[in-house]
Amino acid sequence: MVTTTRPSEKTTHKVIGTRPIRPDGVDKVTGRAIYGADVTLPGLLIGKVLRSPFAHARIRNIDTGAAERLPGVRAVITAADLPDPDKGMADVGEASATYRDLSHNVMARDKALYQGHAVAAVAAESASIAEQALALITVDYEPLPPVLDLVEAMKDDAPLLHEDLRTNELGTLSDKPSNIAAHARFLKGDPAAGFAEADVIVERTYTTTMVHQGYIEPHASTAYWNADGKITIWTTTQAPFAIRDNVAVLLNVPVSRVKVIPTEIGGGFGGKLPPYVEPLAAVLSRKSGAPVKMTMSRTEELQASGPTSGSRTHVKIGAKRDGTIVAVEASLAYEAGAFPGSSVRFGSLCMFAPYDIPNMQLDSYDVVVNKPKVAAYRAPGSPAAMFASESALDELAERLGMDPIELRLKNSAKVGTRMANNIPFQHPVGNVKVLEAIRESDHWRSPLPESTETRKIGRGLAMGFWPNAPLKSSCFATVNPDGSVTLVEGNPDIGGTRASLAMQLAETLGIPYEKVIPQVADTETVGYNDATGGSRTTFTGGIAVYELGQDIKQQLIERARILWQLNPEDAIVYEDGTIRGPKEGQQLSFDQLAAQLFKTGGPVVGRASVSPKHVGFAFGCHVVDLAVDIETGKVEILRYTAAQDVGKAVHPSYVEGQIQGGVAQGIGWALNEEYVYDEQGRLVNASFLDYRMPTSLDLPMIETILVEEPHPPHPFGVRGVGEVPIVPPLAAVANAISHALGHRFTDLPISPRRIIETLYP
Amino acid sequence: MGQAKQYLRPSSIDEAVRALAAANGGGRALAGGTDIIVDVREGRRQVDLLVDLKAIPELTAIDVDGAGGARIGAATPCYRIAEDTRLRRAYPGLVDAASLIGGVQIQSRASLGGNICTSSPAADSAPILIALGATCVIAGPTGERRLPVEQFFTGPRQNVLQDGEIVVAIELPPPVPRSGSAYLRFIPRNEMDIAVVGAGVWIRLDGETIAEARVGLGAVAPTPLLVVEAGRALAGKPATRETFEAAAEAARAAAKPISDMRGSDRQRIHLAGVITRRAIETAVQRARESQS
Amino acid sequence: MTKRVHVETRINGREVDFLCEPGQSLLEVLRDQLHLTGAKEGCNNGNCGACTVILDGRIVDSCLVLAPEVEGREVTTIEGLAGPEHLHPLQQQFLEHAALQCGICTPGLIMAAKGLLDQNPAPTEEEIRLWLAGNLCRCTGYDKIIRAVQAAAQQMEARV
Repeated sequence: MVTTTRPSEKTTHKVIGTRPIRPDGVDKVTGRAIYGADVTLPGLLIGKVLRSPFAHARIRNIDTGAAERLPGVRAVITAADLPDPDKGMADVGEASATYRDLSHNVMARDKALYQGHAVAAVAAESASIAEQALALITVDYEPLPPVLDLVEAMKDDAPLLHEDLRTNELGTLSDKPSNIAAHARFLKGDPAAGFAEADVIVERTYTTTMVHQGYIEPHASTAYWNADGKITIWTTTQAPFAIRDNVAVLLNVPVSRVKVIPTEIGGGFGGKLPPYVEPLAAVLSRKSGAPVKMTMSRTEELQASGPTSGSRTHVKIGAKRDGTIVAVEASLAYEAGAFPGSSVRFGSLCMFAPYDIPNMQLDSYDVVVNKPKVAAYRAPGSPAAMFASESALDELAERLGMDPIELRLKNSAKVGTRMANNIPFQHPVGNVKVLEAIRESDHWRSPLPESTETRKIGRGLAMGFWPNAPLKSSCFATVNPDGSVTLVEGNPDIGGTRASLAMQLAETLGIPYEKVIPQVADTETVGYNDATGGSRTTFTGGIAVYELGQDIKQQLIERARILWQLNPEDAIVYEDGTIRGPKEGQQLSFDQLAAQLFKTGGPVVGRASVSPKHVGFAFGCHVVDLAVDIETGKVEILRYTAAQDVGKAVHPSYVEGQIQGGVAQGIGWALNEEYVYDEQGRLVNASFLDYRMPTSLDLPMIETILVEEPHPPHPFGVRGVGEVPIVPPLAAVANAISHALGHRFTDLPISPRRIIETLYP
Repeated sequence: MGQAKQYLRPSSIDEAVRALAAANGGGRALAGGTDIIVDVREGRRQVDLLVDLKAIPELTAIDVDGAGGARIGAATPCYRIAEDTRLRRAYPGLVDAASLIGGVQIQSRASLGGNICTSSPAADSAPILIALGATCVIAGPTGERRLPVEQFFTGPRQNVLQDGEIVVAIELPPPVPRSGSAYLRFIPRNEMDIAVVGAGVWIRLDGETIAEARVGLGAVAPTPLLVVEAGRALAGKPATRETFEAAAEAARAAAKPISDMRGSDRQRIHLAGVITRRAIETAVQRARESQS
Repeated sequence: MTKRVHVETRINGREVDFLCEPGQSLLEVLRDQLHLTGAKEGCNNGNCGACTVILDGRIVDSCLVLAPEVEGREVTTIEGLAGPEHLHPLQQQFLEHAALQCGICTPGLIMAAKGLLDQNPAPTEEEIRLWLAGNLCRCTGYDKIIRAVQAAAQQMEARV
């Protein structure tokens, strides 16, 4: 139950590394914070979506007449009310989609491609009228055979989702229609020659099923299309600017006509990057002349938002008897859902990134199936791929009789090692340090409890990697006469980033944390900001507030120059929140100077806009002890420790929280979470009752070890921390179960059902 | 998505029965609402009228008679059953079930009457009520009738209730010396799931011999089952692992489950044995420890 | 049109009356009519606990209570917990322990935890985990939530 912080050698920070209360905290514990569904406006209408009951069907006709005539109904729309955009690439985070696919996903045009695919929408004076109206819409479907299985979908004679889809085969477009959208490859060295040198080869196929981010707040958006053509959208999103840009293209209006006001956001994990109901609410608003609120139900969320891919990964690893890995091969196929664009290439990039392996061939396949279009989910692509690679490495260690940590240390990547994509690690990374931290941990050094006849105990270890994404941030701040600083930034606060950005600005300016008043602004108030995602907000946002702080400091120096009537060449220094002139005792505190700004030229406003080229790669190493009841197949997590290189923990409590939350999601993925489809492609567990996320009773306390290997180009050494912790748990849990039972499980989830059916064939 | 059009809150059984009978099949009783409200909202049931039973005093009363038998109002929330010291002593297996139905929020509302009237094959209260020899008290337009719980269910989500009839109480026979009961279920998580298999067991010991036993099973057939063969495998036998295994084998043989997303037929048959055996072990242990 | 029902009740210590449809949930009325949006809708079928409120001293999922059922009863929502100048110890400790990330499950969890501490002032970790199992949190892994509830219990004990 211990949380350990391993501080970097020496730190002079006053604010960074402390654990203050978050600025938005009181509103969030008192119920006053306004989330997506809490928005209300005068004359508000309620919008609802009619969704396809079929996983694959041609839409021959939609009759909305009866719905339109129902009293209280103010607008009914179908795809015919939306423009059909071109195939330019949209910004939807680490998954990808063309604008056309995005549009067709928001509202089906000719074909419904998954159960729950939107086919029509209504706006009415109440939710119950809207629901009655949906029941009055008649859709003439021609059901088509659904494609639900990766292997089946990839066959030449499989039914096609898109008649015009051609495989991008290693960069060349093939001439035959296919469900395989893309085949890509990372090649390094000579794998065949490498395997020829191997003494031991481990080879297996691993599978995972589609899983959902499981954020507790469903999508909720309110749109108002004003008579002047201006569209205002209040929405719960990770990416207000991307939503603005995507909605503008999807509705064929200039970006300047769309304003997105982000509400507080109740979780996202990548699932709140793409638009779903925003464009529909806008079009319903234009048709009705009133603001329209649309919220998704939990069933709609599970059926028709953006879960992450089911996958099938074949891995082959060759090693010498001393543990030196000489070659790896892998072939990964990921479900993209109904439209191309999974994170499979990220998966193949990540899977062996912690290691220095001379010969690699990693093939990836992006495959469409009649399931919802996938979106990003925390370290998108990496968990399924590293479930395969880290399971295979565990088996290799077993075969070699080597300690799993020693095997990983022996092959670890270092500065200069090139990843599969040929990009080298330019800066120090923490892959070795997290392994050493686990090796030295109380957990790893503690003996396992004894197994009994029916309760088998196992320990498993795995690593995780995620590259993180820097992208763009901008912000500005005003110095107030009382010495406070109002920070205006553009990233929805999904887990404490108001605090982490305020802390970095306070550190930069040498003022107390409480003096910085952060706020998340809408798309017309602050400059462009990429999404809250990619583990980037505290990282890139931190660089932005640092630059902003430098701007403010420079301006304050010039104000002091005016007050002190000094010449341009006179040295004035700004240090620890104090401005000092060249004369003895000539100094002003930040507060004192702030109080005199109005007589030296008016308020000081600082600004910054950054787009860093570097990023701090993130590594974690996790260890888990668990017990398997071999009579019921139930797995109990006994102890869990996660070590992660966080660069520098700005607010250690929220860093620990990110790690603990990622671990919980990873354990859910490993043990019980899965999309279960019937043969017709209907999701049979579309509720929180049967989509089984971990409850408080399913987890122990999660121990964290914060390793701080600073990322040198960041002013405070910060690395992104949010995503990598979901990666190791899948293989760590699978490896522990394998050790407990003496049988290697290669398919997730390792549910009680799978264990029982394996033990009692 | 749907909604009931009318809500009534009668203060007597007669009034409730009259309202339901007049609704021509469009009425349903409302106890804790944890099933019916969701069923109506999600369109699984069309209901015009909901008749809230909770203002009828005897529907939320727990009475224990002179002989020690209990009558539990059908709309009594589970937490009151779980907290009742008399019931905890006399019917620990029932308290097991009442403490397992949903999380704390659900236990504030869910009731035995609601649980059996939903008539899910996986209803947590059914196997133990069957094992305890409980009786449903049913009130209707033609008066009151009584029925052993195992005869109440007729199929998945179907039961013997006619238009206008409501379950008003569950009656439990008085506890006997050296008896014990237990309910155990298997779920994939540790809370908030529907039973993949549930087993309720009642045992009476004579020395170290099992004098009498009843075993109820849930989620292995279209309705909750009384597994007579499992009871027979226990009765007259020594309370040993071999005996328990024989009863578990009888439970496996009685299980005719379906496969769905909550569990496969193979898994359920296997679990029927494991869970039955474990419930027997607990019930026997409780019988040994019982004072009276 | 269905005939609306007039309901008189007490919410957060004040007399309140409202008109609702007979089949409307308490959650809908709280949020849409009374503008008490602290109770959140996460699933609308009793599986996430985000809409937890206290009804006559017991925690319930307000999505599983019909609005007409609260006639003559006492409802406490997250909005009724803090005083004008101070937070409830649970609210304070959730902040101190960083027990929230996105915060959407927080009102429900705080109400559920209040229900626990009202009847068990010194719960063990296991008792807290069992009691809160009806409240899903997807961000925190529950660790800091459990610690916050333990700390609030201690704070409240110390005050007594």
